[in-house]
Amino acid sequence: MPTIVVDVMPKAELLDPQGKATSGALDRLGHGKFHNVRIGKRFELTVDGEVTDAVIDEAKQLATEILSNSVIEDVVAITIDGTAVQL
Amino acid sequence: MTARIGVVTFPGSLDERDAQRAIRLAGAEAVALWHADHDLQGVDAIVLPGGFSYGDYLRPGAIAAVSPIMREIVDAANAGMPVLGICNGFQMLVESHLLPGGLIRNAHQQFIRRDQRITVENATTAWTNEFSRGDEIVIPLKNADGGFIADDETLKRLEGEGLVAFRYAGVNPNGSLNDIAGLTNERGNVVGLMPHPEHATEPGFGPDMPEAMRSGIDGLRFFTSAISALAARV
Repeated sequence: MPTIVVDVMPKAELLDPQGKATSGALDRLGHGKFHNVRIGKRFELTVDGEVTDAVIDEAKQLATEILSNSVIEDVVAITIDGTAVQL
Repeated sequence: MTARIGVVTFPGSLDERDAQRAIRLAGAEAVALWHADHDLQGVDAIVLPGGFSYGDYLRPGAIAAVSPIMREIVDAANAGMPVLGICNGFQMLVESHLLPGGLIRNAHQQFIRRDQRITVENATTAWTNEFSRGDEIVIPLKNADGGFIADDETLKRLEGEGLVAFRYAGVNPNGSLNDIAGLTNERGNVVGLMPHPEHATEPGFGPDMPEAMRSGIDGLRFFTSAISALAARV
C-alpha cells in the first residue's frame, strides 16, 4: 500500500526550544561546528487504494489543517513513496 | 435561576473536578460534559479544563480540538456562550481557532509550577467583569507548553484591540511574547489563559498569600464573573 510522508518543521523565525537545547548539548560535547539544530516531525500515512489527485489534495489538507498548526509550524514536504508532491 | 456551567472531560484531563468545585463554590451548578458526546446538556457556559488531553500527542490540545463535542462548543462560542479555557483548555481554544496565536514549549524547556502573579488587562469579558483593569492577582501556573506566540500582525491586533486579557507580572515564566498569559476574543465571551483560576477558589487550598499560607482565592472571581455575565444577559 502506498505511503504518504508529511514533514513538518517549526517556523524558522520562532524559537525552537528543543532544537536550542540540543544545539547546546552538541556544543558541550565539542561539536560546536554543528549549530542551529531545529527539530520537526515526520508523519507516515498508509493509504488504502490508489493515490489519485483527490487523495493528494486530501492529504495536503490534512497536512496543513490537522498535522500541523500554521501559526507555529510549516509543512515543508509531502512525498508519496519517495516522490515529492508540489506543495 | 442558578447558572449551569459545563466542564468537559477529555481523555487525559486533570483538573475537571477542581473546575467543577470552583463553579459550585462560586454559586453555580457544575455539569459534567463528555468529549465524545454531541450534547451540551443545555448549559449556559463552558469550561475547558487543564490537563494533558491525549497525552499532548500531535500538539497540546490539538486532538481534543477536533473531538466530537468541540463542534458544538465552537458553534456555541460563536453564538456568544461564555467559554473559558484553562491551560490545556487554552491550548484547545487556539487549536480550534476560537483564539489566535499558538502555545509552544516553555522557553527554558522545563515544566513549571509556581504561584504566579498576573495583571488583569481586560476586565470587560464574561470571565473577568468582577475585576478592575490593572488588578494584580495570584493564581497557580503549572505547564510545560505555555509560551504564547503569534506573528507581528496578530500581536499588534491583540494589543491594539485590547484582546490581551492577562499579562504575567514580575517575571515572564515561559517566554510568552509581550508577557501574554491569557486572551479574550473580540466579543469577550471566549477567554483562555495558562494559569489556573480553579486552583485558587477556596481558603486553605489556594496559593500562598502575604496574609496567610494557601489563602489565595483570586480565581473565584473568574467564575462569579461568568455568573454575573449570564445574569446580566436575561
